[in-house]
Amino acid sequence: MTGADAGVFGLQPADDTGTVHLSGALTIQTVTTARHQLQALNASAVQRLDLSSVTRLDTAGAWALVTLTRRAGRLEGIEIAGAGTEAASLLQTVERALPNPETPPRHDGSFAAWLNRFGQRVYSGLMFLRALTAYLGIFLHRLARALRHPSEFKLTSLVHHCEEVGLKAVPIVALMAFLIGVVLAFQGSTQLRQFGAEVFVVDLIAISILRELGILLTAIIVAGRTASAFTAAIGSMKMREEIDAMRTLGLDPGMNLFVPRILALFIMLPILGLIANLAGLFGGALMAWIDLGISPAMFSTRLVEGTAVSHVFVGLVKAPIFALIIGVVGCHAGMQVQSNAESLGRMTSNAVVTAIFAVIVADAVFSIFFARIGI
Amino acid sequence: MTEREVVIKLRGIRNQFGRQVVHEDLDLDVYRGEILGVVGGSGTGKSVLLRTIAGLQKPAAGSVEVLGTDVLNADEDTRQKLESRWGVMFQDGALFSSLTVRENVEVPMRAIPGLDPLIRRDLADLKISMVGLQYLAGDKYPSELSGGMRKRAGLARALALDPDIVFLDEPTAGLDPIGAAAFDQLIRGLSHSLGLTVFLVTHDLDTLHATCDRIAVLAERKVLVTGSMADMLEVDHPWVHEYFHGPRARAAVPDKTKGD
Repeated sequence: MTGADAGVFGLQPADDTGTVHLSGALTIQTVTTARHQLQALNASAVQRLDLSSVTRLDTAGAWALVTLTRRAGRLEGIEIAGAGTEAASLLQTVERALPNPETPPRHDGSFAAWLNRFGQRVYSGLMFLRALTAYLGIFLHRLARALRHPSEFKLTSLVHHCEEVGLKAVPIVALMAFLIGVVLAFQGSTQLRQFGAEVFVVDLIAISILRELGILLTAIIVAGRTASAFTAAIGSMKMREEIDAMRTLGLDPGMNLFVPRILALFIMLPILGLIANLAGLFGGALMAWIDLGISPAMFSTRLVEGTAVSHVFVGLVKAPIFALIIGVVGCHAGMQVQSNAESLGRMTSNAVVTAIFAVIVADAVFSIFFARIGI
Repeated sequence: MTEREVVIKLRGIRNQFGRQVVHEDLDLDVYRGEILGVVGGSGTGKSVLLRTIAGLQKPAAGSVEVLGTDVLNADEDTRQKLESRWGVMFQDGALFSSLTVRENVEVPMRAIPGLDPLIRRDLADLKISMVGLQYLAGDKYPSELSGGMRKRAGLARALALDPDIVFLDEPTAGLDPIGAAAFDQLIRGLSHSLGLTVFLVTHDLDTLHATCDRIAVLAERKVLVTGSMADMLEVDHPWVHEYFHGPRARAAVPDKTKGD
């Protein structure tokens, strides 16, 4: 065999004695053509495969040979001749290792199976809600305990988390609310100008920001920022078995991890909401002044006259509820993290999606409630 | 011993991180078909040495020659050819977590031009079975496997292209004694039937004893001694002596150290 065609696989069909002569390299590079040629052979006419001119044989080549003899259905029927000791041991190894494909359990496509899967989804959804309620219960229980035994309460931790979730979120929350105010003023003015009712832009801004947008958008930003942070922090502790270590040392995760975090959110979210309201009104006033010529003095007069204080109350009363939702979802997701890094990533993004979704659902429920009682 | 082909040739290797010199003037030869075990205390740069040979870590000085190719100065094409002739099994398997085990094993095979996808799949199944995993393990994701199974799957991926050399980083670390012994046997058996050269970094004396033809001891920033297990027992360097004569060594090699 010369070097030039050493890489080419060759096959001569069976001669009178039923011997098929193979030549060249039978490796992963040539196995596709080799297999097609071997499959094209009339298996019943083949008695023997002669490997004496095969220059290279690897597991892929050995696999092609072994599967051919298997497929012929008569293991002893096809003899492999001319294999060196290395090739023979390779063939033996492959022969022994050749897997017997087992069919994996198939997805049942019937209606009953679909119904079953649907039922399981619903059930796991309900179980999830139950678990969230349980975490809320743990939080409230530990909080009550902290009131009775103030020495167990982690004040330092609370202050730290207040800074993390509250103070450090002020710039982004304020900027967001300011821009929302600007957008509302701008959009409102172009629409209201058609009716000559520009001055009502003040009511538009005030009511929509104070009642809905200020606190809702703040909660959404905090859900993205803080729920993920809670999940990541608690989840990585869970992953490294720190939570288990705490338990064995008699430290309660509820008291040490959940209470400071959720309580910090509970305290800080109304404050952030208030900041968002102020920034939103400021942005709206600025835009109204530039675009419509409503002076700040006129804006504030109109604001005080035309907008009931109840709007502020309706907005801010939602904040503690949103805080509880975000905090409980974040802590719960953190505790669901398993011992691998993928689950940490998955739970973190789950926490954000769930928290934002739950906040919006809660807001809708509040809207219906306030509409019914007529505030 | 007859003159054997040298497949890995290290000369004057120097590795350093900042001011900390890990290797200095390190020489090592690995012969075709042998299983070389590399041992050394923590921080002596066993894994760094493996990474240096596999081209993952560029040494500050010295030359690395693998299968007759100068790894450090080879051009892109030569390097790529060379990389298909070695396989690396990392400590925890280093499987791609978004792919199933079978897809992991198929990854290196995708580089082969004209390879039929169905054949590729069957070959991957064959490799999975060769490392002693169940057929159905091929459909699982790495996170669903135990540590030992992940290591086996990592080995299957390293063997995907029938390499000449495999590098194993702590193959038995974290396995129970039964699993570790089975892995030792697997390495020995595959090396034998596939004609593999194995470069094995380990801490495990049982593995050294059960699988390795030759042992290289890393200490004092270089390869201090190489030789068979019996040779190691004769070395009177304090660390080497402590390593091969300590209480754990006695348990691993009971016959030879009796009365020591």
